[in-house]
This record gives sequence, structure tokens and C-alpha cells, in this order.
Amino acid sequence: MKKAILNFLHKIEPDKKKSPFLHTVYDGFFTFAFTPNLVTKGGVHIRDGMDLKRQMVQVVLALLVLYLFGTYNIGHQHFVALGEYTGFLQGVHLKLIYGLILVLPIFIVTHVVGLGIEFFYAYKKGHGIEEGFLVSGALIPLIMPPDIPLWILAISIVFAVVIGKEAFGGTGMNVLNIALLARVFVFFAYPTYISGDEVWVAGLDGLSAGSAAHYGWIHLHVFNPLFEALNLSGYNPASAVVDGYTGATPLSLAYQGGWENVTKTYSDAQMWWGTIPGSIGESSKPLIILGALYLAFTKIADWRIMFSMVVGAAVMAFLLNVWGATLFMQVPWYYQFYMGSFWFAMAFMATDPVTASATPTGKWIYGFLIGMIGMIIRVLNPAYPEGWMLAILFMNVFAPLIDHYVVQANINRRLKRAKVAA
Amino acid sequence: MNNKTSKAILTFVAVLCASAAWAQAGSSSSGFGAYFIYGLIIVAVLVFFMIILQVSDNLMVIEAKQSGAASKGANLSLFPNWKELFAPRLPEYLQGKPLTALRRGHDINLEGEAEKTVDKTVVAKTFAVQPTNFTGISPIPKLEVEVGDEVKAGDHLFYDKKRPEVKYAAPVSGEVIAINRGAKRSISEVVILADKEIKYRQLDAFELDTGSREDLVNYLLDVGVWPLIRQRPYDIVAEPDAVPRDIFISTFDTAPLGPNLNFIIEGQEAAFQKGLDVLNKLTDGKVYLGLDGRGKEEPHAAFTEAKGVETHYFHGKHPAGNVGIQIHHTKPIGSGDKVWVLGVQDVATIGKVFTEKRFNAERVVALAGAELKQPKYVRTYIGANVGDLVKDNLANDHIRLISGDVLSGKKKVAEGFLDIFDDQLTVVLEGDDYELFGWLIPSLNTPSISPTLPSALFPKMKKRAETNTHGEKRAFVVTGSYESVLPMDVYPQELMKSILIGDFEKVEGLGIYELSEEDVALCEFVCVSKQPVQQILRQGLDMMREQG
Repeated sequence: MKKAILNFLHKIEPDKKKSPFLHTVYDGFFTFAFTPNLVTKGGVHIRDGMDLKRQMVQVVLALLVLYLFGTYNIGHQHFVALGEYTGFLQGVHLKLIYGLILVLPIFIVTHVVGLGIEFFYAYKKGHGIEEGFLVSGALIPLIMPPDIPLWILAISIVFAVVIGKEAFGGTGMNVLNIALLARVFVFFAYPTYISGDEVWVAGLDGLSAGSAAHYGWIHLHVFNPLFEALNLSGYNPASAVVDGYTGATPLSLAYQGGWENVTKTYSDAQMWWGTIPGSIGESSKPLIILGALYLAFTKIADWRIMFSMVVGAAVMAFLLNVWGATLFMQVPWYYQFYMGSFWFAMAFMATDPVTASATPTGKWIYGFLIGMIGMIIRVLNPAYPEGWMLAILFMNVFAPLIDHYVVQANINRRLKRAKVAA
Repeated sequence: MNNKTSKAILTFVAVLCASAAWAQAGSSSSGFGAYFIYGLIIVAVLVFFMIILQVSDNLMVIEAKQSGAASKGANLSLFPNWKELFAPRLPEYLQGKPLTALRRGHDINLEGEAEKTVDKTVVAKTFAVQPTNFTGISPIPKLEVEVGDEVKAGDHLFYDKKRPEVKYAAPVSGEVIAINRGAKRSISEVVILADKEIKYRQLDAFELDTGSREDLVNYLLDVGVWPLIRQRPYDIVAEPDAVPRDIFISTFDTAPLGPNLNFIIEGQEAAFQKGLDVLNKLTDGKVYLGLDGRGKEEPHAAFTEAKGVETHYFHGKHPAGNVGIQIHHTKPIGSGDKVWVLGVQDVATIGKVFTEKRFNAERVVALAGAELKQPKYVRTYIGANVGDLVKDNLANDHIRLISGDVLSGKKKVAEGFLDIFDDQLTVVLEGDDYELFGWLIPSLNTPSISPTLPSALFPKMKKRAETNTHGEKRAFVVTGSYESVLPMDVYPQELMKSILIGDFEKVEGLGIYELSEEDVALCEFVCVSKQPVQQILRQGLDMMREQG
């Protein structure tokens, strides 16, 4: 069986000289299906089973549950705004399909654009297709608002991959986190699509009472008849936003009126389990922590960064408590962890090995500073509702500096020893 | 625990508790917040009692010491001290010995460990001295023999043009049947068809007690055992005009399927001790023996009771048995230092020059690997033919023959010869096959440090490894994996990057002098990006050596 597949694959292999681009693409998919038959030459004779593909795929595996939850939550938030099916498990089919209709195009566009660029550069540079975009491509949809226009998404990915990665030399060479770079591009170039209260719930004209929900052709003419045939309820184009609905995220509520203001709209459990508006994949804390534990256990992501980031954020939030000048500062420090995308940033963004500090000591410092700076931006800066994206990008730039000092300390230690001995 | 840090931590906890309570005071929140505060209060109370207990306990100990009740090392405190709690349970023979416990490293458990029997029926017919085994000598050494010449064991075969006093001697007697050349007419092998009965060159006696160091050096050079001494940094043939700071010998091998040196040394105890005496005369410093402190097996008496040497035990996974690691933890090589290192059998060979008055290049070699019908030890001489050693013993013909271990050994063909410093021949499966979804399937036979493969979860399980790279070469992406298998205060990945960009100062500062290929071999093994780490290191060492 394996032989037959291999023979077939070898038969259809495009010629490397005649059609180099096709060969690159073929090679990418072939190595995905089969680990190549390369053997060690010189140096070690046996190699660890871990390679970059396996490494990257583990992150994608950890993200799968977030995709599932995120997709469902988009639908859930949409219907909560309309006052229909407000229980989490009511209208499951409607919510799931609603979410899928939004998430699938985002996912597909992300990969078509990102992988397209990746393939093109691999062909241009004449090397194999690198796995870097596997993780970036899985992360980017999760940190976008559900209603993001696909063309903006495409432009942001082009920017992130071309300027952020390929310009620096490809996978492993980038200075800034690619996924966050895509998001920060949207954030500065098209701020109205990714900030404010209105963008986090999909499919509404506005948040004021009576704003209509809109459904596309696919909802009304494909799925509604289908649901009808199955004797299920369908999408109702006459629905409108109910009275008293805000749609604001906990962070913007906390900014306006402190923790008390947040608890008026959301319960602790809602915030913790993630049935609140937000970017697609960042809301469910337990699932993120589950993924983080998996990555830490498999040593894919460094636990030092995660741990010190939690400590850094806690210390900063605590200091802000002590200061307590505004209502947001007075939010008890442990409740800061209920809001926003802290956990997602900690588990999947800060731990990117390429852009984080490389030395163990550096990792402690790096994580701690991200925690502190992110909390400062979140609480003290009125322009930005959440701080982790900017804090991580900021520390990405400083990670080499941290490493420089850690490495220099090692060099000095060695010099000192030589002097003592002399 | 350090007094200052413990105080700092306690103050921090106290401040935390106080202000958390204060921050909480205004709002009467429910649920999590309230429980959290109760928790903190409980912790604070416990900490308070612990402090009182600890302080009074300390006072009692001080009092006891003042009144003379304390004998040295006795624990008078109520609590067990850290050492009692966390020290590994040491076997009898390690009690009170200098022991360095290394936490980092990785043991690769492979099938096919050599059985502790010496098979006398295995006889190699041809032997070779390979100039390529010696780092730093000119690629075309000056030959002193021609094809067809009859030589005795110990006769000079060639010498290094750059350093004509260093002679390279024949390990066996017989006829020189070939002088094989490699690229650019460099000499790769001087092959000797061995006599049935080895004849030895007659050596003059040397009085070790009365002779001077200079005479001794000249004597060893002439005998032909000098090239057995390697010099760090760079792992080159020792410079005859250099006086080494110290000499280091590791007496255990932690490499995958490595030979058991306790078994090999049996019957050579006197020669080994004599060799140590000789080495002691060659250095102004000390001769250090690194001993096996892993507690699985007590080191041989030849090692533990060696005279005139400093012994030091090492506990840990591979590469704890590498001499480079042991030097780092005993007395690291600084800039300008020169130390010499030898293998156990090399020391014995030097010893035999004095006890037997001949260049006896006998070696006990471990034949190991899952692809052998019967992994075992054989008695042969330096540079034995690989094909002869594994004749009729291969269980499989799709294999790779390796002189040395699977991490830092050299690939050989059946017509090739064992390298001079190797006392191990490993046979592993050649892995030139495709694997369906290899990046996802958790294969049982693939060794790994990653918990995404079963091998990391069941480290004791023996594996039948193959030579597949399990992936393609990529840029450096993952950090921290090199450090996790190198028990040294070195940043290997930063060092490799500095070598690649040719930053001399940084390369030196990051400790390249302390490293040799075998030390970073595990880094190469675990490398997710499949980088040739040993090759990069050698490139760096060559770069630094050319700089002088």
C-alpha cells in the first residue's frame, strides 16, 4: 500500500528544472505526507524524532479546541445580542453554522494568502517549504474579530509575512511575532474594524436596541430550508438587538466604571469560561490553559515565559491596586486575569521561540516584562483596550538585547575565572 | 536557604497579604475574592508559625554548639537538612567521596549492548593507521615505509612534516600492503597485513624514577605512543614542547552502547597504574580521573585505588562520562590553558611500554548494536579492519557500520578500519525509507527527548534506532533544547551562531575551548532544525586554531 502510494507520487513528481514552482509545491505536500528518506551524514548517526513539522503541529493541535469553542461562541454572542437562544446550549445548530460561515472563510483566506507567499518565496530561494506558517496561519484567525473583512485580513497577512518574515530571511529569522504583526497592522491601518465595542459581535448593524441583524444569502437560502426540512428552527431576518444590550467587552466596561461595572453585565463564570464577546479564539480561559499545559508538558512552549508572565502581570496589577487612582486601577488584581486576552497571549504568543529570548535567564526576564508592560498598557492607556499585543511586540524587539546581556554575563564569568586562575 | 533571599521572600509575602487585605477591605465581594483572602490569611499564619519554629530551632542548635554537644556534621536541628532530604541515595562506595551530580543530559537507550565476554575467535587480518584520525597534522605526512615492506609492531610508519619528532607507529607486525590516498593525494590509510604471531620492535629500557621529563618525552615520541595523547583545546595531537596544566582521564563511557571500561581494564591494572605514573611525570599539575558515580556499578579497583591521581566521581546522564564535561566541572580550560586527555586503554598502552618493554597496541573493542547477531567484546589491535570484526555476525545487510558510538563516531565501510581512539564498533539500521505522516506518528523506535514521542515518556525502553534524519534541515527555531542536554555553563546555540558569523571574540568568550565534538553531539542529536552542530563546532575550532 505504502509502496503503491509512493510509486504514484514519484510518478507525478514535476520536473525540478522545467517547472520549479510546481516542484516546490509538490515537495511541500510530499514531505507533509511522507518523512523524506534522508539519512544522517557526518556528525551524529541517529537523530531525535522531533522535527520542525512535528513541533509546529503540536501547537496547532493545542489550538483545535479553541477553534471549536471560538466558532460556536461567535454564533452564541450573535444570538445573545438578539435576545434569542440566550442559554449557551440553545440553538446549537444555528450558532455552530453561523460561526462556521464566518470562521471558514477567514481560515481559508489566511492559509491561501499566507501559504501562497510561503510557496512563492520557497520557490524563489530554491529551498524546501518551511513550516513557519503552520502556526501563524492557525493563530491569525483566532486573534481577529469575527466580522473582519476578508480583504483587510489578506492585506494584513501579506504585510506580516512579506515584511515581517521573508524580508528577514524566512522561518526562524523574524524579529517580530508574525501573527501579532498581522493583527497590529489591522489595528493601526484599519482601527475601526478591530477596536471599539461594536466589532466583537458579528452580524449586527449596531449595538443600540432595534438594530437589525443581517443574514447573508447562504443563511437564508441554503441553511434555512435545510433546517426547515430537518424540522429545526432557522435564522430569523426580522430579529433585532434587544433593549439594554451593550456588546462591550469586560475591559471597556472596566475602563468606564471599574469592576462593579463589569459584574453588572457579566458574571465571573461567563468571563472565565469565555461566553463573552471578543476575538475569535481568545475568550475561553480554561481551554487556553489546557493548551498551555499541553505545550508546557511537551516542552514545545517554554514554561518559564508563561510563569514569569503571570507573575509579572500579577505584580503590576497589584501595584496598580495600591496606587488606585482610577476605577480601572482599583479592579482587584486577580480579577484582571478574568478579562481580556491575557491567557491567549501568554500561551501562544509570548512563547514563540523565534521571537522570544533564547537563554533561560532571558526567558524569565522577557516573560516578566511582558506581563508588567501589558498590564500597564491595559490599565493606564486610554487609547488601547488591551495591552498584550503591543507588549509582546515591544519585548520581541528587546529580546535580543536581554539575550545579549545574559550571554555577556556568561562571557564575563569565564573571563573572571581566567583572571582568578592567572 | 540563603538568609537574605528567605527574608526577602517572607517580607514580600507579608506585604502581599497585608495590602491584598487592604485592597479588599472596601468592597465586600463574594466568591473567589473572599476565599482568596482567607487562603492568604491561613498561609500568613502558617508562615508566622514556621518562622517562630525555625528561629527557636536555630537558637537551640547554636546553644548546642556552644555547649560542645555538637560533633562535626551532626544534625541537631528538629528538621532534616537539605542535603539529607535531596541528596541522591548514595551506594556505600560513594559515601564521602567528591561527587558532582549533573542534572542535564540524556541517555539514549539502544538495543544491542555488548555482552561481557571476550570472543577470542574473532581475529582481524588487516590493520591500518589513519592520518585522518589525528586532528591538526599535515594531510600528507612523510612516509617512512613503502608498500611491500615488512614492519614490526612499534616501527615508525610516518611522521608529521610540521612536527617531525612525533612518530606514528605500526600497531602490529606484518607486510605493508597498501597506502590509500584520499582527496588531493592526502594519505588516508597505511594498511598492514598482520602476522599470525606479532613481532615487536625491541625497546630500550627507560628508568622512570631517574630519567628527566625531557628524556621521557623523547622516549615516548620514539616509541610511538605519543599520538595517543590528545591536547585540549582543539583535540589535537599533544604538542611535545608543551607542558600541560593537568591531565584528565575519564574512566567510564556514557555514550549509547558505550563499552564498559570496568570490564575492559580487567587484567591490565598494573599497566594502567604504570601509565598514570608516566603521565604524572609529564605534567606540572595533576592527573585527574573521572569516576562513575551513577551508582549502577562500582568502578574497578584499578580506578578507585589508582595512586598519584585525583579522583572525582560524576553522577548523571550522558555526557557525564565525557572528559570535556568532567574538565569543565573540575578545573575548566581557560584561554591559554593546555590540558591533555587520554582514553583508559591508551593509558594502559603507555604503561605497557614500561612494564612489557614493547609497543603493545592491544585493544578490547565492544561490538554493539541491534543489527548484530551477538553483541560482544573482542580483543584486537588499534586500527582493526571493520569487516573482519563483524564477519558472520551481521543479522541484517541494510546497515551502517560506525567506528565509535552513534553520536560522534565515524561511518565506515566493511573495508574500512576502526579509528585509533575508538574502543567501540556500532552497527545500526540504515534508515533510508519514507515514513507516512512521520511528523505525527509516535514511532516506538525513534529515540527522542520530546514528550510528543513515547521514547521520552518511557526512557528505559530500549530502541532499535535507524539513521533517518526524521525531518529536513531548517534554520534555528527552537531554543533551550541544546542547553537541556549539555551539563555545562555554556550557551551552545549562541556559540554555534557566533561561529557561523565568525565572531572570534564571542566564540572565545562563550567557551569554545572547553568543547569538543563529542560534547555537543547530543545537541546535534536533539536539534529540531537538524543542524550539523559537531561540524559547526569543528569549523569554529579550526577557525580559532588558525588564529593561533
